[in-house]
Amino acid sequence: MIKRILQSLLISCMLVTGAAHAAGAGIAWDKFPVEKLTSDAALQNGAKLFVNYCLNCHAASYVRYNRMNDIGLSNEQIKANLLFATDKVGETMKISLDPKQAKLWFGVVPPDLSVIARSRSAAGQGSGADYLYTYLRTYYRDDSKATGWNNLAYPNVAMPHVLWELQGERKPTFTRATEHGKDVEVFSGWEVSKAGTLDARAYDNAMADLVAFLQWAGEPAQKTRQQLGAWVLLFLGIFTVIAWRLNAAYWKDIK
Amino acid sequence: MAEFKVAPAGASMVDKLTLWTQNRFPTAFDAYRVHMSEYYAPKAQNIWYVFGALAILVLVIQIVTGIFLTMHYKPDAAKAFESVEYIMRDVPWGWLVRYMHSTGASAFFVIVYLHMFRGLLYGSYRKPRELVWIFGVAIFLVLMGEAFMGYLLPWGQMSYWGAQVIINLFAAIPFVGADLALLIRGDYVVGDATLNRFFAFHVIALPLVLLGLVVAHIFALHDVGSNNPDGIEIKDHLDPKTGIPLDGIPFHPYYTVHDILAVSVFLMIFSAIIFFAPEMGGYFLEYNNFIPADPLKTPAHIAPVWYFTPYYSMLRATTDPMVNVFCVIIGVSALMAAWKAKLPSLAKAAVVLAAVVAIALLKTFDAKFWGVVVMGASVMILFVLPWLDHSPVKSIRYRPDWHKAVYGVFVVVFFILGWLGIETVSDTKTLMAQIGTVYYFGFFLLMPWWSQLGTFKPVPERVVFSAH
Repeated sequence: MIKRILQSLLISCMLVTGAAHAAGAGIAWDKFPVEKLTSDAALQNGAKLFVNYCLNCHAASYVRYNRMNDIGLSNEQIKANLLFATDKVGETMKISLDPKQAKLWFGVVPPDLSVIARSRSAAGQGSGADYLYTYLRTYYRDDSKATGWNNLAYPNVAMPHVLWELQGERKPTFTRATEHGKDVEVFSGWEVSKAGTLDARAYDNAMADLVAFLQWAGEPAQKTRQQLGAWVLLFLGIFTVIAWRLNAAYWKDIK
Repeated sequence: MAEFKVAPAGASMVDKLTLWTQNRFPTAFDAYRVHMSEYYAPKAQNIWYVFGALAILVLVIQIVTGIFLTMHYKPDAAKAFESVEYIMRDVPWGWLVRYMHSTGASAFFVIVYLHMFRGLLYGSYRKPRELVWIFGVAIFLVLMGEAFMGYLLPWGQMSYWGAQVIINLFAAIPFVGADLALLIRGDYVVGDATLNRFFAFHVIALPLVLLGLVVAHIFALHDVGSNNPDGIEIKDHLDPKTGIPLDGIPFHPYYTVHDILAVSVFLMIFSAIIFFAPEMGGYFLEYNNFIPADPLKTPAHIAPVWYFTPYYSMLRATTDPMVNVFCVIIGVSALMAAWKAKLPSLAKAAVVLAAVVAIALLKTFDAKFWGVVVMGASVMILFVLPWLDHSPVKSIRYRPDWHKAVYGVFVVVFFILGWLGIETVSDTKTLMAQIGTVYYFGFFLLMPWWSQLGTFKPVPERVVFSAH
């Protein structure tokens, strides 16, 4: 009996190991500091960065402004600091960019960012937050591109480095190495050509805040979900014990 | 009609009410007796026997959460994706209902696969339970259709392109394929028309069929009685006084309390996924499906949801060289039959002729079409399982030990095929899938031969049970 339970558990564990989806091009992802998700200050700073830097070309049209009550902002604070595109705090984060024009300008329509963090996960590579955290920190100057910018996590990206004032301008350095018997160029570090208003640490920190906001916006119910889940499991744990004893009480008559 | 009974003087209100109902609706009381309190199930059923009850639970979860989802979901190509996010964010408890439904879909398949495997282990499909099994396979088929159509509804990239790929498979059928695919889509590409008809099928047509089949499955089971891990008939040993099987115990309360425990444990696993890993590493909710469907942008990698991947693997394994392998297998078997089998010469000629026709057909039509045939056959073959198994015992317990290895390898092959169905194609992986496909079909098609071989263990007269 126990052996069989273990066998079925083993089978279910095999199902859990991540689905290996096609790996995209780009460098290995850095780990997003997940503790940012539990900090309202970080989420609020992320919201500020998002509204100021992203929410002109990108929409987040499923996210309501007043949902930010959940991260500790009052309607008054939202109205005073974060409401640029509308005057109703119950509106969603829509933008007035014409998709046709956007396509002309950038070559692609900037995607809606409501669930961007959820869509960019890849098994074996990391979470969507890991990707975004890496992506936002690996822009570099590349004069061969129309925008003058390129990205290590998303090679040939259409979006220019919107946050360049904060990060400054950088160029990656590569070293030659042998991998699987082939000569390859491996990313080894950064060379700063023009400093930004934030130093490297402060910039990383700001990007972690921004990604935390995007992660939160992807599923605002996430925190509630996990908190409730603990109670549900506690209840079911107790119920399982009762069901087990009830079962035993009936079955003791069966010889 | 049963006789009207009169309550004795001084009967309680409850007794009176019960009698009042019983006089007017005796069928309900009969059903309770036949299916619950006087349905005698073998007392030795083990943990493998909980998955039927769990499947009913998940069916109910899917129907109830489905009803609430349709209150807010919009089957419109322009609004579908948005309405799902609306459910996830703005509908009170919408996220919970949606996660229950999406996790429920995968849970349904996990449970049904385990339930079917139990049938395989203990020979539950064999006489007199052939129809129970056939209804079950029909349920599995309808469930696959239900899951496939439901998967289009969130209108994400994977929904869209998954449907596109699968519907295009039908186009590979000779002569009628193109028209058939058009009929399914309702348009030349997957679009609003497809979404609307899939919605109709998903929320009403298929669930109705499913419920009907579930009722048939359970009624047929309760007519012939449940099997047990020993694979012996408890009805062969009745209590001479009562006529009740000696090894049988009433379903209610014994198996209801058993199932309550199983439900509780199941709900713990189910809740752990819903509350802590609703995407299940991209298996239950695929990451790509958080990108709205874009007919102009084909994803680099399209894979069906995990529960379809073993069959999808077999489809992809059917390449031109694989069709040649089929030709050789058919040719050699026909020649073997002509040479060795004890058949009249006319029958031998017929076998050889049939093989020649089969090979001619295999070489006439495209490998893609045969891939679709292989995929279809991989599920359809389950229907004839009761007639493929010629083993003198039902249960794996009393089969030769090497039979267990045959079943074990079958399970491993099934998992490997499932894994390969998610992976991108490579030469090695295609070869693996081809070997897996040959084993899968060999397991079933050669069963009439191998299931009789070996030394079988003596089957006990009565079920083996140790009190617990």
